Amino acid sequence: MVENDYKVRLEIFEGPLDLLLYLIKKTEVDIYDIPIEKVTKQYLEYLQLMRMLNLDIAGEFLVMAATLMLIKSRMLLPAEERAEQQARDETEEEEPRWALIRQLVEYKKFKDVAAHLGKRELMQEQVFPRHGGGEIETGSAELPLGDISIFDLINAFNETLKRAARRENLREIFEETFSVSDKLEEILWTLSEKGAVRFHDLFAHAASRGEIVATFLALLELIRLKQIRARQRVHFGEIEIVKAAA
Amino acid sequence: MNIKPIIEALLFAARKPLSPKELRAVFTGGGDEKPDPALAGYKRVKEAEIAGAIEELKVDYINDDRSFMVAEVAGGFQIVSKPDFGPWLKRLLNVDRPQRLSPSALETLAIIAYRQPITRNEMEAVRGVNVDGVLRTLLERGLVKITGRSGLPGKPIQYGTTQAFLEHFGLRDLEDLPAIEELRRLEAKKQQAVPPPAPAAEPPAPPTPLPSGGNP
Repeated sequence: MVENDYKVRLEIFEGPLDLLLYLIKKTEVDIYDIPIEKVTKQYLEYLQLMRMLNLDIAGEFLVMAATLMLIKSRMLLPAEERAEQQARDETEEEEPRWALIRQLVEYKKFKDVAAHLGKRELMQEQVFPRHGGGEIETGSAELPLGDISIFDLINAFNETLKRAARRENLREIFEETFSVSDKLEEILWTLSEKGAVRFHDLFAHAASRGEIVATFLALLELIRLKQIRARQRVHFGEIEIVKAAA
Repeated sequence: MNIKPIIEALLFAARKPLSPKELRAVFTGGGDEKPDPALAGYKRVKEAEIAGAIEELKVDYINDDRSFMVAEVAGGFQIVSKPDFGPWLKRLLNVDRPQRLSPSALETLAIIAYRQPITRNEMEAVRGVNVDGVLRTLLERGLVKITGRSGLPGKPIQYGTTQAFLEHFGLRDLEDLPAIEELRRLEAKKQQAVPPPAPAAEPPAPPTPLPSGGNP
C-alpha cells in the first residue's frame, strides 16, 4: 500500500499550489473548506519524501509550508482570540487562509485553461495549412549571429571595456549590481522602442565594468535565443543590434 | 463573377491566414499602371460581403464532405486539412515528434493570455513559482513578446501573447479562449480588494474548543 501511495505522490507538481490542489482533490473536499490540519500534514509529508529522495525542493514549497503552518496555528487559537486576530487582519491584510483559498481558486482556473490549451495544441498538430505547417522557414537558424561572428562581438566588447576603463577613473564609484536578466529586459525594451541600436550605444550609460559585462552577457544570451541579431554593414564597421524578425 | 470562387482561389494560394481586410485590399487595391480589366467591377466589394462568401465556402466544404476546411485563425482565414488526416500528413511531411509545450509553459501562457499586459512578478503571484525559465522558452518560441513597461516602481517589463500564439492553438482571437470574461472579472475584483467571498463558508467551528484544564 505504501508503495502505491508513493507512486501517486511522486507525480511532478508544477509548484506548491499544484501540490495543494492535488491534496485537496485527493481528500475530496471543497476548496473553500479545506481541512487545514490534514492537508498541512500531507503537504509536509510530501516535502519529507522529496527530501528523502534528494530532490531539489524549490524555495516556494517551503514558503507555502510556512503559510500552512501559520494558518493552522491560528485555527488552534481559542475562539475569542481568533476573532480578535481576524479583526486585526481585516485592518491590516487579508486573512492568510482566505488569501490562500483565493489564490488556489484562481490558480485552478488557469490550470484548467492550460489543460484546454494543451488539448487544442494536440488538435492543431493534426491540422495542416497548405504549405505544410510552417516548416519552410529555415535559413536563419544556421546563422544566429546574423552577418557577423562572435569574434567581431568580442572585439567590440573589448573596446568598450577599454573605453570604460578610461572613464572609470574620473567617476565616483557606486555600489550597484546589475543582473544579466535585468539587462536582457532592458535591451529588449530598447529594441522594441527603437527597432535598432548601435552596439556602443548599449554601453553608453554603463557606469562600471560590472554593468558592461552584464550587458554583454545579456546580448549574447539574446542572440542565442534568436530574439535579436547583430549585423555589420561594412567589415570592421559599427555593429548594429536589431530585433530578430518574428 | 461571384466573389466566392475568387476568395476561394485567394485562400487556396495564400501562405498565411488572410483577414477580411487583406482580402478586401486585393479587390480594391489599385496603383497598377494598367490594371487588368477583369479586376474592374470589384472595386466596391465590402468586408461584409467577403465575410459572407467565406461563410458560404465553409458550408460548401462541409456539405461536400471535403478533406479540408476553412479555419479561422489569428484573425484570418485559411484553408487547412481536417484533423482526421493528420496521421498521413505527418508522415508525408516528416513531422514525427512535435515539440509540445510543457504543463508549466501552458500554465504560464494561459496566465499571460488572460492578463496581458502582465509583468513577471504578476505571473509568479498567480503560479506561486518562479517563471524565469518558462518565460524564456515562450519568448524563444515566439509565443510571447514584450509589450511595454508597467508604471509600477522599477518599470518592470510587461509581456503579452503573439499572433503565433493564436496560430499555435488555432484560436480565432483572445475572445476565443474559454471563460475569458470570468477570469478577467476575477482580476478586476482583486484590484478593488473586494472582501473574501462569504463568511458563510467559515471553517465549521474548531473541533471542540480545548476545554481548559480538562484533565481529571
